[in-house]
Amino acid sequence: MPKTLAEKILSRVSGRDAQAGDLVIAPVSRVMVHDSVIDAVIAGLRDLGDRRVWDTSRVAVFVDHAAPAPSPVVADSHRVLREWVREQGIATFYDAGEGVCHQIMVEEGYCEPGTVIVGSDSHSNSYGAVGAFGAGMGATDVAVALALGRTWLRVPESIKVTFTGRPRKGVTMKDAIMRVVREIGTDGARYACVEFHGAGSLPQGDRITLAGMTTEMGAKAGIVADTPEAPGWLFPDRGASYANELTVDLSTLEPQIAVPPRVDQVVDISEAIGQPIDIVFLGSCTNGRLVDMRQAAAILRGRRIAPEVRLEVVPSSRRQFEDAMADGTLLALSAAGAVIGSSGCGPCLGRTGGVLAGSEICLSTANRNYRGRMGSPDAFIYIGSPYVAAVAALTGVIDDPRPYLEATEDELDALVARRRAERPGRGAASVRSGDRSRELMVAAARSGVAAEIDD
Amino acid sequence: MSRAWVFGDDLDTDQMVPGRYAPFMVGQDKFHLYAFCDARPGFAKEVQPGDVLVGGKNFGCGSSREYAVAALKKLGVGGIVAKSFARIFFRNCINLGIPVLESGDAVAFARDGDQVALDLGAGVLRTPHGDARLRPIAEFAQEILAAGGVVAYLREHGDFPSIL
Repeated sequence: MPKTLAEKILSRVSGRDAQAGDLVIAPVSRVMVHDSVIDAVIAGLRDLGDRRVWDTSRVAVFVDHAAPAPSPVVADSHRVLREWVREQGIATFYDAGEGVCHQIMVEEGYCEPGTVIVGSDSHSNSYGAVGAFGAGMGATDVAVALALGRTWLRVPESIKVTFTGRPRKGVTMKDAIMRVVREIGTDGARYACVEFHGAGSLPQGDRITLAGMTTEMGAKAGIVADTPEAPGWLFPDRGASYANELTVDLSTLEPQIAVPPRVDQVVDISEAIGQPIDIVFLGSCTNGRLVDMRQAAAILRGRRIAPEVRLEVVPSSRRQFEDAMADGTLLALSAAGAVIGSSGCGPCLGRTGGVLAGSEICLSTANRNYRGRMGSPDAFIYIGSPYVAAVAALTGVIDDPRPYLEATEDELDALVARRRAERPGRGAASVRSGDRSRELMVAAARSGVAAEIDD
Repeated sequence: MSRAWVFGDDLDTDQMVPGRYAPFMVGQDKFHLYAFCDARPGFAKEVQPGDVLVGGKNFGCGSSREYAVAALKKLGVGGIVAKSFARIFFRNCINLGIPVLESGDAVAFARDGDQVALDLGAGVLRTPHGDARLRPIAEFAQEILAAGGVVAYLREHGDFPSIL
């Protein structure tokens, strides 16, 4: 039977001929544990009968979700984590400031292609950037994997996403994956593996952006086919069976914007131009790498961000941080008015560093815009690419970044001045009424549990 | 009989327990008191042991945070019936011993505040407006649930079966 990448990997590790729908017991090559769930992981190991980790060389532990500690309670939890790491004899430990677990897992080579990796964070799908089957799980599942070195999995159906063409200048793979989320929806890949074709030769960072955001479609894993890291046997068979197929032509793709509070509520940027923004977050496992910071600096170098706007830049790892220091990117961003945070998750999940006040509107390069995600439940989060983030910081509104990349200095001055002047109101931005992104936001809020919005 | 708490589609775990009220932010003894604090104020105070949550599609999507499920467990939620579940949330519920059942029509039948009965033996959720059929769950997951969660299962069996 021709096999998908997920079927190939799960057949190989489980030692049986696995097809979508089968349940398998899968040995894991590594388990990733992060700070914010450590108490429950330790409790799980204790309840399993004071179990130790099955192999100290195959466990990686990170302090990144609320780091450095923003409160005494968190500091205490970090202390417990450090003691546990020492007591268990785990060598692979990255403390506060080293970066986001997923970035380090991939860039430091902890993700062995063709193997199964269990991570305590939902974006562990990121490991598919190098051809690993990475699956996020809850604390007790992680404790079980730590104790046994194995986990149980239902072999997922796969969804084939094929990219064709090259994106135009100012359009990124973040826009590409947002376009995919727009088509597939937040549950369109539930329990499935999203298999990316036509993306294997992209830079590793772009592949992390793709694989990591499969989580936002409900996927169990997201795997990029034909990467340079993949072993010879790891390729999708011709004739493999897919639950769904989608092709995205990058050459006609517009910059994309996710409208709060749903990550699949995505519009072309032309539908969101002019939306005022109070705060911009550039960072996260999705878009906190050198290339992302360089894209922002390409627009912000030599200029100041809009007076009403704050910009927070959080590199995704110490390596990305230092590379961006060495080439002057961080200096350019700082000179433009950015707050530079220490490497880690930053305000992405609303626990530390630049959380949002009620009614504030954020443009984030991260991956989630749920109500309350980054702080106040009354704040709003738009998601976009680093280029869009930089333009929002510069002008105070959402705008198409492409003209900014093509403009002469004089044209740019005029463009920025016009956008700033058009920005409605003084001080805190408000959500505009009467446009499509606003309608979507209100409709979503009414359809489910999301925020009550005053019209 | 127990009360039904009815929610919509795509209920994410940030709504169940926002990150700012994670156990490691507010303490292990308090985090459950913030369950649905933004999405359904008053829930943590009013919910009674055995109450049933009813939801639409993709229930429990988003963050892997098991403490969202742990909060529901601490508050005594007796079961969750939804059109479909997000995968990590589903596993977390099985692992902590909360029955999670898919049903195409429960969310159409049950209204918030209804008195309902979750009859796992018969495979139905009884509501004042009709019985919603529940889809059977995988045998292996049933065994874990029957043991009271994955920790209890492994304490009983010592290990997973070598092959499923």
